[in-house]
Amino acid sequence: MSVLKSGTLSQERIVFLFAVVLFAAYALLLDGFLAPNNLVAILRSVSVLGILAVGMGIVVIGRGIDLSMVAVMAMATAWQLAMMNAGTPPLLATAIVFAGVVAVGIINGLLIAYAEVPAVFATLATASFVFGLVRSRFIVQDAVPVPPSASFILEFGQARLAHMPIEVVMFAVAAFLSFVALRFTKFGRYVYYMGDNYQAARTMGIPVRPMIIGQYVVSALVAWLAGLITAAGLQSINTRVVNSTLLYDVILVVVIGGIGLSGGKGGMRNVVIGALLIGIMLNGMTILDLPNIYQNLIKATILLVALIIDSRLNPRDEQVGQQGDI
Amino acid sequence: MTIKTKLARTLAAALCLATLPAFAQETGDPGPAYVQQSLAGKKVVLIPLALGFDLAQGWNHYIGSEVRGFGGVWETRDPNWDTAAGAQAITDLISSADKPAALLVHTPDLTSYSKLFKRAQDAGIFVIQVDNRSNFASDAFVGSNWETLGELEAKAAVAACGDGSSKKIGLIQGDQVNSSSLDQYAGIAKVLKDHPDFELVGAPDSNWDVTTARNVATTLLQQHPEVCAVIDFWDNTAAGTAAAIRDAGLTGKVKLVTTGGGEELDCKALEDGTFHAVVMTDVKGQSRDISALLKFLLQSGLKPGQAKSWIYTLETATTKADLKPGTCWSLKDVQAAEAALAK
Repeated sequence: MSVLKSGTLSQERIVFLFAVVLFAAYALLLDGFLAPNNLVAILRSVSVLGILAVGMGIVVIGRGIDLSMVAVMAMATAWQLAMMNAGTPPLLATAIVFAGVVAVGIINGLLIAYAEVPAVFATLATASFVFGLVRSRFIVQDAVPVPPSASFILEFGQARLAHMPIEVVMFAVAAFLSFVALRFTKFGRYVYYMGDNYQAARTMGIPVRPMIIGQYVVSALVAWLAGLITAAGLQSINTRVVNSTLLYDVILVVVIGGIGLSGGKGGMRNVVIGALLIGIMLNGMTILDLPNIYQNLIKATILLVALIIDSRLNPRDEQVGQQGDI
Repeated sequence: MTIKTKLARTLAAALCLATLPAFAQETGDPGPAYVQQSLAGKKVVLIPLALGFDLAQGWNHYIGSEVRGFGGVWETRDPNWDTAAGAQAITDLISSADKPAALLVHTPDLTSYSKLFKRAQDAGIFVIQVDNRSNFASDAFVGSNWETLGELEAKAAVAACGDGSSKKIGLIQGDQVNSSSLDQYAGIAKVLKDHPDFELVGAPDSNWDVTTARNVATTLLQQHPEVCAVIDFWDNTAAGTAAAIRDAGLTGKVKLVTTGGGEELDCKALEDGTFHAVVMTDVKGQSRDISALLKFLLQSGLKPGQAKSWIYTLETATTKADLKPGTCWSLKDVQAAEAALAK
């Protein structure tokens, strides 16, 4: 423990080391793993996950959690495409959905900051609400295709920048912008203060309640971006993703990367490392042709180990005991 | 001719005339009354995996119109891909005061609903399994023989590759619990046994998720760019596999074979070359089979659980060359018809 305590071996470093070891092992043992296209494929496969984790990361650093992200991602995009399919001009449809997404973020924030509902329950409830509302009122089936008239969305999905697929570029941009915001803006520093000690931040005069609303609006908008990128790549969005394990994968990336669930710690570097580890792991397992159930088992085991390490490195101290976890 | 016979004839003619009006009312056809008595007011409930995809909406429309047509009551439950919600719906229906006469169930896996099917039959409800079979043989199964379907896919893939090709095939399976996935695999394996020169280079699962399909297909194509055909077990996930083929710049070189409900999107994908072949389930024909079976069971005097049958839908591998107007059905039309009904 002394090594861990002294900070030379933080969770982030352990995960990074693990990712490097795994990468080296796959590179040695698996033919074709090191091919440039495969490396690009790894990045692409975790891009949407990574973008979602960027949004989730910001919220978790502020000691919250947003379980409505995947619902917002799928349903906002599906609603937007459905409107476009029905002949609504793309810009108008986008504006309407933008307002809807911001509203979901504000509702989450209001429930958590003012009604003081725990974030887990508030966002779980809005997730169901968003899914139910859009699924029953605005779309008629699970899969909504990108309308042929919106060829710009398709072209966007095919675009490459410096040989990198657009998904990867967008992940990099989202992570970089969030990094800058968290590090160098007042908003970002406040997020850390709130996550570290909510009461103290409040006493200091930080507008904690509006800040909470702001965080959930950001995570909702990031989720929508992830949905648009998914739709651009697949030429459709399938709302079944709400029932998948994607949400847990997002939390996995955040926790495994080393952003402690008790808030106030970590940054975008952790998200990138977490996403890379998951990408390398899944890619290798697919090359090995491991069935999905084993892949899930391995993923779950790694999450458990990460949680245990997290609780050893960031023990529940008196402060957390008083304020509660997320 | 004697007077006696003349008299008899006249009498007979008179009798005929006298009874004529009665004949006009009673044609002697017992059908309509019997049908009315056996079918009218009978409740039939469809419980698909979810209502939000093409097959389920097709059944809802085509079978629903038939049931309403014979004077029955048509209802649906939407578990939205949640096995527990589906089980709850079946349980509620079994114990409801207004019991349905028949359940049409699209089972998620081999075992989850088996005990419930038995309970439904014990409660006097006919159970017809649709599309996916389970381990329990209920009153009937209507759907694909998934093994045959897999054989058709494999044959289409072998034909698409041809002799001069790499003869390497990749699969994007569904999962390892759903009969439609397991049986498809068995069918494909059978055909490949007859073609020992063909090699299966990878068979990852999509877990029925389109993004997962895209990721695993990308990896598969990356490892084996020489693959000549990929078989994806469902047209919904094949959208992801198609994206992977497009990303890899292998459009036209890697032939994508899949299976689906024969909705317009399938035909469009065949038309533009996204799919090379689709083994189509004839939803209209299948719905007609189910409707006929319902009419039979409810009139037959059979008790639920007394007989069992498997009614396999005719499947055909459709390629671009086979496309004709009317090959596919239109979800849009079906939805418009349902919306008009709701008004």
